[in-house]
Formats: sequence, structure tokens, C-alpha cells
Amino acid sequence: MARQFMKGNDAIILGALAAGCRSYYGYPITPASEIAHAAALHFPALGGVFIQAESEIAAINMVYGTAGMGIRTMTASSSPGFSLKQEGLSYIAGAELPCVVVNIVRGGPGLGNIAPEQADYFQITKGGGHGNYRLVALAPNGAQEMCDLTMLAFDLADKYRTPACIMADGITGQMMEVVDIPEPKTVPYDHTSWCARGDSETRMNLISSIFLEPEDLEQHNLKLDKKYQQITAAETRYEEYRTDDADLIVVAYGVVSRIVYSTIDQAREEGLKVGLLRPITVWPFPSEPIRKLADSAKSFLAVELSTGQMIEDVKLAVEGRCPVHFYGRSGGMVPGGREILEQYRAILAGGTH
Amino acid sequence: MAKVFEKPTSFYSNFERKTAGSKKSTHYCPGCGHGNVHKMIAEALEDLGLAERSVFVSPVGCSVFGYYYFNSGNFQSAHGRAAAVATAVKRTNPDSIVMSYQGDGDLAAIGTAETIHTANRGENITVFFINNAIYGMTGGQMAPTTMIGQRSTTTPGGRTEVDHGNPIKVCEMLATLPAPTFITRVGLGNSKQIMQTRKAIRKALKIQAEGKGYSFVEILAPCPTGWKMDPPDARDHLLSTMEDIFPLGVYKDTSEDVTEDHWKRVSLPFDVNKRHEYLQAMKTPLDLEPVELKQDLNCKFAGFGGQGILTLGLFLAQVGMKAGHQVSWFPAYGPEMRGGTANCSVNICKDRIGAPTVEHPNVLVAMNQPSVEMFEDEVVDGGWVFLDSGICTGTASADRLKVTAIPAAEMADAVGTPKVANVVMLGAICAATGTFEPDYVKDTLRVIVRKKELLEMNLAAFDAGWEFVKNG
Ligand SMILES: Cc1ncc(C[n+]2csc(CCOP(=O)(O)OP(=O)(O)O)c2C)c(N)n1
Ligand code: SF4
Repeated sequence: MARQFMKGNDAIILGALAAGCRSYYGYPITPASEIAHAAALHFPALGGVFIQAESEIAAINMVYGTAGMGIRTMTASSSPGFSLKQEGLSYIAGAELPCVVVNIVRGGPGLGNIAPEQADYFQITKGGGHGNYRLVALAPNGAQEMCDLTMLAFDLADKYRTPACIMADGITGQMMEVVDIPEPKTVPYDHTSWCARGDSETRMNLISSIFLEPEDLEQHNLKLDKKYQQITAAETRYEEYRTDDADLIVVAYGVVSRIVYSTIDQAREEGLKVGLLRPITVWPFPSEPIRKLADSAKSFLAVELSTGQMIEDVKLAVEGRCPVHFYGRSGGMVPGGREILEQYRAILAGGTH
Repeated sequence: MAKVFEKPTSFYSNFERKTAGSKKSTHYCPGCGHGNVHKMIAEALEDLGLAERSVFVSPVGCSVFGYYYFNSGNFQSAHGRAAAVATAVKRTNPDSIVMSYQGDGDLAAIGTAETIHTANRGENITVFFINNAIYGMTGGQMAPTTMIGQRSTTTPGGRTEVDHGNPIKVCEMLATLPAPTFITRVGLGNSKQIMQTRKAIRKALKIQAEGKGYSFVEILAPCPTGWKMDPPDARDHLLSTMEDIFPLGVYKDTSEDVTEDHWKRVSLPFDVNKRHEYLQAMKTPLDLEPVELKQDLNCKFAGFGGQGILTLGLFLAQVGMKAGHQVSWFPAYGPEMRGGTANCSVNICKDRIGAPTVEHPNVLVAMNQPSVEMFEDEVVDGGWVFLDSGICTGTASADRLKVTAIPAAEMADAVGTPKVANVVMLGAICAATGTFEPDYVKDTLRVIVRKKELLEMNLAAFDAGWEFVKNG
């Protein structure tokens, strides 16, 4: 197995190339720029397309163009740039186009800073743009997953004709780990029936999100909703660690799940029965396993790099059956294991937060 | 006139996509310019034999429903972004014929950036710009091309320079760019103008078909509804007033000088085998040579920027990779990077690595005094601390930690360059922790040191650091 020691951001492009992504459109922003650098190097070398667009708005609309041709395409940015892409994403979801968008989340609101945060959770999982739509959102927590989940994102996007998002943070993007170089794939989807490529086979096709008549648009919304329900049923992904007998279930994703993971064994040594549930898809959210764990666990703790966003989904899943505590850092501050362990001790001693 | 434009196959004869009204008539108002221009474009596509591979990108504006009419691949795009969509389609399939069709609000207000940059990149597409000096679709508001004195629903007293700015002249602006091949302004005021418009449309599409680059056709068009005029008055107004502000003519034409396919970009299918080879070639050239790990290393390396702190981390991590362990390297960035300091975290572990940020290191390398002070309290009891004794004044935790004070910079100087002080530290770490043997590390360095002219000095520096710890 050929291996490469590489940054998470670079691993995204490795996965994209293996998945058969043909074009990249993007605008520079820290801490996502390495993705554009890698794309600029590799896409043209393979005969693909790389354009440094004039803005994130232009980039997402270029993605709309290539995606409408039924050809794999992507863009990547970080929070402020991702905000600018929202109208475009809404169009892409409305027109049912497959593509991958990456958000290496940084500190906000506003210009904020370039340090890691997870405060774009609402924007990504609740639909930051207008209308009834969802982004399939995968949250890798290491370089290997940056590659693997990017490949998966392309497949899910094609399978459901919907935009898929990689939601990561500055740490996961900047750190280097060993990645197994994947085997490239031929794209197993043929979109000739609906796409518009500028050839005689697809001449009759229309890429559009406009439905002038309310009856038609309602039907379209219901169709999309059904698709989102199918995705929820079939594509929810998560990972559990020592949850079986846990009194306290910690829910954390992305880099935070790594920090929490490193505390679980330590907590157990102290006799604290703590387990970790890590959402791999933040949309669809793993509500069902959390609902089940609420039967046996005494309490939950959401740990996030935000002032409290994912916790709302944890609470919805727990349905008030046990307390859901919160511990978050924001602005680029990253919690250490020690402070997280303090939370476990306090909660299991009967304290609340 | 009507006969000439009759039913090219690139124009649907029944408008089946229309949901309201007759499927035989367009949705445009009587006397509107859009329908005329549509037919001329369709006719040109047909006559030039381009219809089969054409893609029409509709904007948001009255022509949002361009796809009712064009028997071509169709995209309906977001307001102002038609040129970006067109760019991507053309780049992805350079054999397609791509048209972006936009009103003045779409092209010269909300989409100004896309307009300019698409032109500046010389995208091999054709842009049709319908300038009717008003926002038709949304109810007659001011457009970027609305003329001084012209009333609109948002300039009820007429547009003024001071309150609203002047009308934007897009052809004149774009003509300053080197890349565009053909930029022209035509009109629909009378039949002579319409003939010229027809010619311009053909020429623009032909330039694209020949791979000769970006072509832009601005068409002055009446909007009787927005202007609150009868169709005949609207035409008169176009001739009498609009033309003064927006003179007709060719603003740029280099089509004779540009060679065919000069602006045609390459886009190749992504062959799996080619990708396989390409990706395999990206591999880190270190074959696995397993070495047992006596103990996990959780390292923090810190110092001034330029002391090779990040590289020290990369070297050690790659040694760990070759040995078959879990490894991570994380450079501090953002709020931690203040005052010209650098630090990185490296984990080399038997099992899955938790936090990539090392909170409590068992190995600390501090190449300046602020780094000692910032991290010494975080080091676990009995952990190793390596500090450059020529730069740092010392540690307050010597009783708790295994401290090696080593004049790394001086020793590096002695082997030829202060740049390899970091590798002196690497030698010291390996010797003190007993993790990796000298030959193993030096073999790794032979592969991963990029600056080959520094390789011998790196190897000597490693030996020096190792010897210092082993033999004092
Ligand atoms: C983001 C966004 N902002 C505003 C609108 C509303 N809008 C639709 S068309 C239009 C202006 C159209 O004017 P123009 O481009 O001149 O085309 P015309 O209708 O005159 O042909 C506006 C502002 C929109 N659809 N999307
Ligand atoms: S409002 Fe103006 S531009 Fe729109 S269809 Fe009517 S005449 Fe044409």
C-alpha cells in the first residue's frame, strides 16, 4: 500500500482525484488555501480544469455549470467564503445537481480569525441558503478521512443528485498524518438523461430550479423532502467508543472527537463511565443511535468549538429523557483533555452545566 | 423581415416548457427586444451548424425563460452569474458552443465582477447583453445603464449623477482589456440596425466556434413596459436618446489576428490508469521498516520562526511513519503564532492518536527562552526537555524533568551551518529517549532531506546531537 504523509487539506484533493473529480473552482482563504494550491497543481496536470475564480460566488456558480453537465466538480473555502456560496448552493440543491463543497471552518462571526471553530454547524446542517433544502454533510477527523470522506461525498452526491459538504476545521486541515493512497475509480453514474453537456445526446435537457406555478414548486419540494428522508434512513454515519455501559455519553465531531477520544480511557481509569458518540455525518444527524443511548445513559454532554449549535440536535434526539450538558470553546480556543475531564467529573458528581 | 427568421430547428416551434399562456407566443411584452434577439441567435446557430452542441445560459431577468425557446442545452442561472456558469460549461467541454444571455441589471450591476473577469480570462464564449436601460422583470427600477434624467420606479425624479451615478458603458469598459476578441454595440431601433445586429451575432458565434476567444454583443433594446411607452415610441426613444449615450459600433475586433483555437482550452477525460499512476507517484518515498516503539512520543517543538522547528517535527514524524507507527504533525497557527515564535506538535504512537494537539508533552524541545517558559509546566513528570543552552537561560523544573541543555546552534555551526541546529536536537532526542537508532534515522534523512546540498551537514549534526547525549 502506497502511503503519503500529508496535510488534511491536501488529502481532500487526493480523494477528489481518486473519485474522478474533473474540475475545481475556488477563491483563496486561510485556512483552506492548501486545497486550492493542490488543485492548481494536480487538476491541469491530469487534463482537468482549475480556475481561481473572482469570488466564492463565481466559484460556486462555476460548480453549478460543471455539475449541470453531470461531471464531478468541487469547490472549497472557509467560513466567510462559504457564507457567500449559500445562494449558489440553494440553486444547486434546487436543480438537483451533484457536487462537493468543502468548508474548513474558521473563527467567526464576521472576519473573526483563522483559527479552528465549528460554528458553521447551523449554516451547514440547517441550510444556510434559502428554501427547503439540505446539504449532505460529512465531518472528517483526520487526514485519512479527509481523503476517504471526500470520495464518499462524491458518491453520495451522484447517487442522490444533491450537493455534499465536507465540514472540517483548521486543525484537521492543517495537520499532517499518514494517508493510504486510494485506488482511483471510474465514475459509476451516467447522467445523460438529465444533464446538459453541449452535445446532441443532452440537447433536450434543462438545468433549472425555477417552478413558476406554486403547485409545481410544492411537488418539487415534496420530492426533495422525500429524497432527504431516504438519505437520512440510508446514509447516517457515526462511530461509538465505549458507549455500551456508559453513564455519560459525549457527543463530539471533527477534531473535538479526537480530543474527547483521548480522554475516555483516562476517565474510565478514574471509574467514570464515559463513552463517545461521534457523528461522521452531521447531516443526516445520528439521532436514532442517540435516542437509543438515552434509554441506558444517565446524561449527555455535547462538546463543540462553538457556543452551542450541535447540542440542539442532541437535545432533539434525547427528547428530554435525560439532561444534555454543554461544553464549548469558541473564537479559535481549543479545549484540552484536562478541562473536558473536569466536565465529566462535575456532571457525574451531579453537577449541571 | 418575418420570413427570414422563420423556424430554425434551434428554436422550438411550440413552447412546451411554458406553463401559462399560449404555447405559440413568447412571454415577452409587445414591442420587447428580447424575442427579436432570441430569434436572431437561433437562426445564427442553425446557419452556422452549431445548434446540436450549443448551450444557452439564461439569466435572472425578463429572459429568465430563455429555455422556453431555445432547442439547445439550457441552464437557468442565478442573478448575475450566467458568465460563471458559461465559463465552467465551456472549460469542461471545449467543443460546446456556450452563450450567456443577460440583461443590464444582471450583467452590469449584480454580475459586474463575473462579467469583467470572464472577459479578462478570454473565455471562449459569447455574451449577449440586452441593454434596455431598466430593470424589466422587477418593475421598472433603475438599471446601471439608466440614463441621466430617465425616470424609473427608483428614480422617480429622474436619474441624477450626484444621487445615482452615471450610466455604465460596458463595451467601452471591456474594450480596455487585452483578452477579448470582439466587442460591439448594436441596436434594434430600425431595420438597418437589426441587420447589423444579425451580422454581429453571427460573427460573435463564429469567433467562438473557431476557438478565437471571447465575444461580446451589446444590443440596445426597447422595454416599452418599463419605459411606459407604446412600442413605436419606444423604438423612437431608442434611436433618439439611447444611441447618444451608448454609441453603436465595434469597440474591439482582433478576430483577424487571432489564430484558430488560440483560446480553446484542453479538457481530457480522467483516465483511471493515468490517475492511478499519477497518485502512486505522490507517495512518500519511505518503505515500511518496522521498529518496535518503546514508548509513545508526544512532542512539542518550539522556538523562533526560522530555527527549523516545524522541519524538526516533520523529520521525526516521518521516521515514525517509516517505522510503521501512528503519527501526526500539527503546526500551531492562528492565535498561537505570536511574536515570531513557531511550534508544532508531533505524536508517534502505537495506537490510534487522539488529540493531534499535544497538551502534555513527554518530549519538549525549546530553542528559545520564551518557549521554555511557555511549555515547561505542561511537560509530564519525568518527561524530556531539550533546550539550546547557548540561547536559553534555563528551566525552573529541572527537579521534575530530564533536562538536556545542549548548545545546538553552536554545534550546528561547527558542522557547517546554523540551519541544522534542529537536527542536532533530533540526534539528542533519539539518544535520550532510546527510540530510534542512528543509522535508521540517518537512512531516513537521506531520503527526506530536500536540500541535498545540506544532507551531509544534517547527518553530521545528527551524530553530534547523539554523541552529546551519549558521551557528554
Ligand atoms: C439575488 C437576487 N437579487 C435580486 C433579484 C430580483 N431581480 C430579478 S430580475 C432583476 C433585474 C432584472 O433586470 P435586467 O437584468 O436589466 O433584465 P430585464 O428584466 O430588464 O431583461 C432583479 C433585481 C433576484 N432574482 N436575485
Ligand atoms: S418588461 Fe420590458 S424587458 Fe421585460 S418583457 Fe416587458 S418589454 Fe421586455
